[in-house]
Amino acid sequence: MSENHITEVGGTGVPIPGDDIDTDQILPARFMKEVTFDNMADYLFYDARRDADGEFNDHPLNRFEGASIAVVNTNFGCGSSREHAPQAMMRWGVDGVVGESFAEIFADNCKSLGIPAVTASHEEVTHLQEWIEDNPDGEIEIDVEEETVTYGENVIEGEIDDAMKEALVDGIWDTTTLMYSNLSKVEETAGKLPYVTSD
Amino acid sequence: MSENTLYDNVWENHKVTELPNGQDQLFIGLHLIHEVTSPQAFAMLREREIDIAFPERNFATTDHIAPTEEAKRDRPLQDEEAEEMLSALERNVSEAGITFFGFESGKQGITHVVAPELGLSQPGMTVACGDSHTATHGAFGSIGVGVGTSQIRDILATGCIAADKQKVRRINVEGSLGEGVYAKDIIMKIIKDLGVDGGVGHVYEYGGPAIEALDMEGRLAVCNMSIEGGARAGYINPDQTTYDYLEGREYVPEGEEFEELKKYWESISSGADAVYDDEVTIDMNDVDPLVTWGINPGQVIEVSEPIPAPEDFESRTDREAAEQALEHMNLEAGDSMLGYDVDVAFLGTCTNGRVSDFKIAADILEGRQVADGVRALAVPGSETVRQRCEELGIDETFIEAGFQWRRAGCSMCLAMNDDSLEGDEVCASSSNRNFIGRQGSKEGRTVLMSPAMVAAAAVEGEVTDARRFFDEETPTVTANDVEEVAD
Ligand code: SF4
Repeated sequence: MSENHITEVGGTGVPIPGDDIDTDQILPARFMKEVTFDNMADYLFYDARRDADGEFNDHPLNRFEGASIAVVNTNFGCGSSREHAPQAMMRWGVDGVVGESFAEIFADNCKSLGIPAVTASHEEVTHLQEWIEDNPDGEIEIDVEEETVTYGENVIEGEIDDAMKEALVDGIWDTTTLMYSNLSKVEETAGKLPYVTSD
Repeated sequence: MSENTLYDNVWENHKVTELPNGQDQLFIGLHLIHEVTSPQAFAMLREREIDIAFPERNFATTDHIAPTEEAKRDRPLQDEEAEEMLSALERNVSEAGITFFGFESGKQGITHVVAPELGLSQPGMTVACGDSHTATHGAFGSIGVGVGTSQIRDILATGCIAADKQKVRRINVEGSLGEGVYAKDIIMKIIKDLGVDGGVGHVYEYGGPAIEALDMEGRLAVCNMSIEGGARAGYINPDQTTYDYLEGREYVPEGEEFEELKKYWESISSGADAVYDDEVTIDMNDVDPLVTWGINPGQVIEVSEPIPAPEDFESRTDREAAEQALEHMNLEAGDSMLGYDVDVAFLGTCTNGRVSDFKIAADILEGRQVADGVRALAVPGSETVRQRCEELGIDETFIEAGFQWRRAGCSMCLAMNDDSLEGDEVCASSSNRNFIGRQGSKEGRTVLMSPAMVAAAAVEGEVTDARRFFDEETPTVTANDVEEVAD
């Protein structure tokens, strides 16, 4: 897992329009009552994807089954810290996200899961969302090193947070392995803290 | 770049090294664990055969799924999924040798209520929990960060998280609070002025006279909602109020050791020469109680103000959000929130589930009755809070007024237990999030407010200015006052 270099991800897209989409919408809390992430894909946008009778409505996730790149707007993933949200997206099939901006904890969680999150301007993102509506089978490719999103004839010069980019490209997004090798230094730091030593 | 702020100082003390990906490896001095976000992390460690690095720096309790009805707390829990989560947690922490505050301990409750009251959260610490409201602990002058499950795994395995340092914004809260205006109103005002994403990329340092005047429970409420303002963490420099609160608590050392620790606490405070990335001032003079009118915590007004219209907002994003909010809440721009019918009153949570919150509400409920048709729940943030309230006889006041007096848990804050809104019920809530679906029903409507305002809404069956129940000199606002101004 730790040797997993992620330089490019691609596939068809799914637009998930809306600003400030919070994690309660992405993965409603009542579906967090499981001790594994295995079934999370079934609960992704559970309420938004269903009409009053519980039948699938025309939510993009229902219309763009099989997509790999989610395209979202501003402050996506705000609210709770639940990793269930990006886990659900990943297990549904999302390998990368493009958006105007992401809530920090959400972006952090994406990094821990090896999902690149690219930001781009409002115009670029909405253009891509419209393009997906017109080209449901169209390929979108995220190049992590170049920080670009390529689709049809278009290239978005996007932005990927430096730490995320390094982590993905160098295959060091598994922070447990990274930090585990420093355990003796951790002991040293902890040992200097008065509240730790006074225990 | 900030310099010599508490944030810089605590970061420096806890920084282990810089990682190859450019992030810092940060030691976590206190890790709080609950049943929802931790089982997957423990499973990952088992898979890799890694031991828990600092079991004594970890503490666990159960909150999100905890039934709050006495009869439902017998094991096994009736809700099988909840039982599975709780027993997984018990197994995980007992194997790892981690202290667990379960139902029988008498100390169970919401992590962010339990750790402060037991003296686990202290100045100059780094605190992490798989919950975004970990900012709460910043009230003591610590850095509290909410983390995801992969980071919980990191902490269990290494005692550390990989983190990027944020910018520091100093928020000077000037003035003093009028009668009937509380800490909750300060933070709602801050979010109103700076926006729900105003804090992105920043931690908030709260200071100034209105903050210094708050007791610890008020400070906890302010820091709690930093995340609703987009800030990953928020803190207040420790002072005498902090030290007095801590002295004598269960996990705080005594005597000389206390004095030693206090030196450390004083040493990490923001210096007189501290440099901030940014400073803003919020004036609390003449601010009325606040309530939300929409579906995010930034959609908030003073009760003296009319509900804004979408076109009042400059950004497209805010306009669209306002339209959606008015539709969901079934409200009209220009109207007052006063008089908005309420079906449920909910008092509790990690924002406002502490003893002082119940005291304030009880003062209003004393000798009054919950309005007909209103379901009213009082849910202490912890069993310690419940016991203290019962010693003070506050539970009686609630019960006589027609409230249900419950056991500790997150309850209707996010409805992972049986406490949930039904259909399009309106809830006057002392919690921190009014997102659609948050309280368990996707048509449900949440109005965030202070505990006093919740108690007043319970009595009137509608949103009302709680100050009408104070002595006669206290100025109050009615819907007529508001709508006249709007016309
Ligand atoms: S009370 Fe609400 S906000 Fe606080 S920890 Fe529980 S669910 Fe989260």
